[in-house]
Amino acid sequence: MAGIAVLCEVQGGEIAKGSLGVLEEAARLGAALGEPVEAIVCGSGLDDAAMGALGGFGASKVRVADDAALASGIAQPVVDACASAQESGQYRYWLAGASIMSADAMAGLAARLGAGIVIDAVELHAEGGALVTRRSGLGDSVLAHCGFTTPVGVVVTRSNAFAATEGNGGSAPVERFSPTFKAYSQAVQLVGHEDAEDSGPDIGAAEVLVAGGRGLGDAAGFAAIEECASAFGGAVAATRAVVDAGWYPYSAQVGQTGKTVTPKLYIACGISGAIQHKVGMQGSGTIVAINKDKNAPIFDYADFGIVGDLNTIVPKLTELIKARG
Amino acid sequence: MRIAICVKEVPDPTAEKRIDAGTNRLVRSGENTLNPYDRHAIEAAVQIKEGPAPDAEITIVTVGPESANRSVDRALAQGGDQSVHIADEAAAGSDLLGTARILAAALKRGNYDLILLGQQAADSESYVMAGLVAELLELPCVTQAASIELADGAVTVKRQVETGYDTVKAATPCVVSVSDAINDPRYPPLPAIMGAKRKPHEVLSLADLGVDASTVGAAGAGTTVGGLSKPEGRGDTIVIEDDGSAADQLVAFLLEKKVVA
Ligand SMILES: Cc1cc2nc3c(=O)[nH]c(=O)nc-3n(C[C@H](O)[C@H](O)[C@H](O)COP(=O)(O)OP(=O)(O)OC[C@H]3O[C@@H](n4cnc5c(N)ncnc54)[C@H](O)[C@@H]3O)c2cc1C
Ligand SMILES: Cc1cc2nc3c(=O)[nH]c(=O)nc-3n(C[C@H](O)[C@H](O)[C@H](O)COP(=O)(O)OP(=O)(O)OC[C@H]3O[C@@H](n4cnc5c(N)ncnc54)[C@H](O)[C@@H]3O)c2cc1C
Repeated sequence: MAGIAVLCEVQGGEIAKGSLGVLEEAARLGAALGEPVEAIVCGSGLDDAAMGALGGFGASKVRVADDAALASGIAQPVVDACASAQESGQYRYWLAGASIMSADAMAGLAARLGAGIVIDAVELHAEGGALVTRRSGLGDSVLAHCGFTTPVGVVVTRSNAFAATEGNGGSAPVERFSPTFKAYSQAVQLVGHEDAEDSGPDIGAAEVLVAGGRGLGDAAGFAAIEECASAFGGAVAATRAVVDAGWYPYSAQVGQTGKTVTPKLYIACGISGAIQHKVGMQGSGTIVAINKDKNAPIFDYADFGIVGDLNTIVPKLTELIKARG
Repeated sequence: MRIAICVKEVPDPTAEKRIDAGTNRLVRSGENTLNPYDRHAIEAAVQIKEGPAPDAEITIVTVGPESANRSVDRALAQGGDQSVHIADEAAAGSDLLGTARILAAALKRGNYDLILLGQQAADSESYVMAGLVAELLELPCVTQAASIELADGAVTVKRQVETGYDTVKAATPCVVSVSDAINDPRYPPLPAIMGAKRKPHEVLSLADLGVDASTVGAAGAGTTVGGLSKPEGRGDTIVIEDDGSAADQLVAFLLEKKVVA
C-alpha cells in the first residue's frame, strides 16, 4: 500500500472548501511520510480543467469518476467509486472532510476494505513512518492519538479543522476511471431536494448572534430570541435539532452541516453544545451560554455561562439591552 | 415486518467521564444509560408500528457487557418486543469496525426489513455506524433521517445535507439512522418498565454468531489509541446559577469586556 487518496467532494458544481483544506493538509502529511497524494473526485459532467486545478492544492494526480450514478450526491455509489480507485491505486490512507456524504462514503469504504476508521480527526501527524491522528473525545476534554493496525487507514476530519488557502495556481494530470457499481449501492433514489438558501437572513455578517436550540420548547419560543437579537442589533441562529424539526429555517443553522460563524458575541440559549454545533461557532469572540442543565457541554466552551431557565433570563436580558440602546 | 434497533449503553452524559490511563479506554464502570440518541430510533419504530405496520415486531440489538442489560430493558420498555444482546469478553475494546462486524452478524441472522440506529453515540460521537453496518450487510443506507415514511415496502426519508434537504427513497430491507429531531420520544409508563424484564431476551456470544474473535475486540481493532493529551481549552469560564440577577450580571460582564457599549 502506498500513497494517500483524498476524497474531494463536489458541491454545487465546485470542489467543497472543506475538501481543499484536507487536500492541503494531506500534502503536508504526504511530504513528511514520503507518500504521494492523489485527489479522487466523484460526480457527473465534471470538467477536466477544473479538476486539474486540484494540483494547486497538493494533488500529484487527480482521478475522476464521472458517471450519472454519481450525480445525486448519495454516498453508496461513491463507496463503489472509491473501492474501484483503491483496487488500482492501492492507497495506504484515505482522507475526507466532514460532510454527511463524505463521512457516509468513508464508513462504507472502511467496511468494504476492512480498514480502521477514525472520525472527527483534528490533527494529522507523521509518527514513526505512519499516520497518527488526533481525535478528541469526551466532549473535547481529551485528545486521543489514534493510529491504524490495518493495511489501509480511513480518516474523516472534523469540519473546519483544516482551512484551505487559495492554492498555488498549479495543476495536476487528470485521469478518468470507471467504477463498478453494486446493485445495493444504487438502491437509494433521490426523489426531491429543497435548497437551503431560499429564505431567511444572512447570519454570516452579524456581529451578534442569539442562537436558539431545542430548549426553546417549540417554534413559538423563537419570538423571544428574535426580540433579543434585535435589541442587540444582531441576527438569530439555530441548531440542527430545531431546523430539522421545522421551527426555524436552515439558513440560520450553525454547525457542521450548517454555517460557520465568527460574530463578536454568540449567545446560545437552550443549546446543549454538541460537537457538531460547536465546530460552527467556536471561533466567536465571546460565547455566552444559557442552559438549565449545569452539565451541558456548552459550558465547557463558553466564556460566560448561566445555569437557569431561558424563559425568564432571555426576556430580562432583552429589556436591559433595550434600555441601554 | 421485522424492525431491528441498534442501541448502545453509554456513560451517563450528566456524570463526569474519564479514560483509563493504562488501557486508553473509556471507563465504563460508572453510571451508564441508554444512549439518548437511540431513544429517537425506538420512538420511530413505535410510530411505524402504531401507523403503517401494525404487525411490526421490534427487536432491540446491542453489543456490550452483561451489565448493559439495564439499558436493554430500558429500550424494551420504550417499545421493543424482544432483545438480542451480544455479550462476550472478547468483544471488549471493539472499535467502530469491530462493533459493526458484530452487529452485522447479529442483524444478518434476524432477516430484518428495517434496521434503525441513532444519529450518533453520546460518548464517542462517531455518527458513522449505520454506514459501516449497511455496507457489511450489503444493504441500502440512509443516514440522519429527519422524517421517515413507510409505504409499499419502501421508506421515504427527508434528510439534511450541506445544501439543504434531500428526499430519498429506498426499498426495504434497508438501514436508516435517525436525527434527534425526528420525534419526541415518549417516556415509558411504569407497567412497561416493569414488563420489560419479562420480554424475551437472547444473550449471545461471538461463537453463537460465528464471528471470529480475532476480527473484533481489542485484538481485531483497526485503530489504536496510542496516547492521550489535553486539548487547548477556551480558558476561564465564568458559570453562575441564576438567582434572579443573572441577566444583570451578564450585561455587566459584556460591558466590562466591551462587547456592548
Ligand atoms: C453528521 C451530523 C451533522 C450535524 N450537524 C449539525 C449542525 O450543523 N448544527 C447543529 O447545531 N447540530 C448538528 N448536528 C446535531 C448535533 O449533534 C445535536 O444533535 C444538536 O446540535 C442538538 O441541538 P440542541 O442543542 O438544540 O438540542 P439538545 O441537545 O436537545 O439540547 C437542548 C438543551 O436545552 C436545554 N434546555 C431545555 N429547556 C431549557 C430551559 N427552559 N432553559 C434553558 N435551557 C433549557 C437542555 O438542558 C439541553 O441542554 C449534527 C449531527 C450529526 C450526526
Ligand atoms: C475518545 C475515544 C475516541 C475513539 N475514537 C474512535 C475512532 O475514531 N474510531 C474507532 O473505530 N473507534 C474509536 N473509539 C472506540 C469506540 O469505542 C467506538 O467508537 C465504538 O466502538 C463504536 O462506535 P460509536 O459508539 O462511536 O458509534 P456511533 O457511530 O457514534 O453510533 C451510532 C449508532 O450506532 C449504534 N451503536 C453504536 N455502538 C453500538 C453498540 N455497541 N451496540 C449496538 N448499537 C450500537 C447506535 O444506534 C448509535 O446511536 C474511540 C473511543 C474513545 C473513548
